[in-house]
Amino acid sequence: MRRGFQVAAPLLPAAVALGVSFGVLARAAHWSAAAAVVMSATTFAGSAQVATVSVLGAGGGVAAAVVAALLLNARYAPIGITVAESFRGRFLRRLAEAQLVIDESWALSGGGTPGFDRGVLLGAGVALWIGWTGGTAVGALLGGVIGNPSSFGLDGAFAALFLALLASQLRSRRAVAAATGGALIAALLTPVAPPGVPILAASLAALAGWSRS
Amino acid sequence: MSAMWASVLVVGAGTVALKAVGPVAVGGRRVPQRLLGVLAMLAPALLAALVVVEGFAAGRSLVLDARLAGLAAGGLAVVGRAPIWAVVLAGGVATALVRLLT
Repeated sequence: MRRGFQVAAPLLPAAVALGVSFGVLARAAHWSAAAAVVMSATTFAGSAQVATVSVLGAGGGVAAAVVAALLLNARYAPIGITVAESFRGRFLRRLAEAQLVIDESWALSGGGTPGFDRGVLLGAGVALWIGWTGGTAVGALLGGVIGNPSSFGLDGAFAALFLALLASQLRSRRAVAAATGGALIAALLTPVAPPGVPILAASLAALAGWSRS
Repeated sequence: MSAMWASVLVVGAGTVALKAVGPVAVGGRRVPQRLLGVLAMLAPALLAALVVVEGFAAGRSLVLDARLAGLAAGGLAVVGRAPIWAVVLAGGVATALVRLLT
């Protein structure tokens, strides 16, 4: 665990900063500070949280927001499976520890490789959770003070944030293909489908992962 | 219940369940490789769609407006390996500036 804290230290500022960004953006989109913090503490996944705020704000409705967010987090099923064998003990303990598996803690711990270190996974997960939830609280308070002026460029800030999150996912040729397909589907459907649908339909581009690499 | 709280609770519960699939439910059983591959590609596909919708959609049309400046500034920040808060700030400020000036 302690090694996990040390290994996660360089990523902590980024987790705090993204948490602050989420808190500020959520407040600017007229969310309460409590909702932003509760979401960070339970969902603990940046892309899905920002997508929820974004789709709701665009008038996509609860169903579209929830489905888009959960599709974004669907990657945690395969990620969790790669480290499943190291989780032992009672149901509640495994359930709690499983929540510490996020992109960053999984990558730091060497998830899916022979050198996988469970202590690093859990330690990094705890450190990043504290940074993420704490950052959200700070951002939600700041956002309340800044108030409406920040909503002026809010849509541009959201777009830039999604771009940054996307860049961090483009680690393989298949990921680039999936992203290109997703962007094309969203662009083609926007003129003809209700808000929310173009984003959900873009998930079809994930079939780029079907081929054996 | 408001749309905001409904979304917070359902996304939270759903994500807890998704993270638990491996460690709690699957254990040592094998899962088809192709299914894992598709699930892993959902994030890049959806994030790219979110960039398009958040950056170019206005109701049911695609438009080029001040958000393009935000995306360009954010893109430069990403390429320059800027921290994520700087990317968000660049996107917001560039969009607001262009909106002010046009």
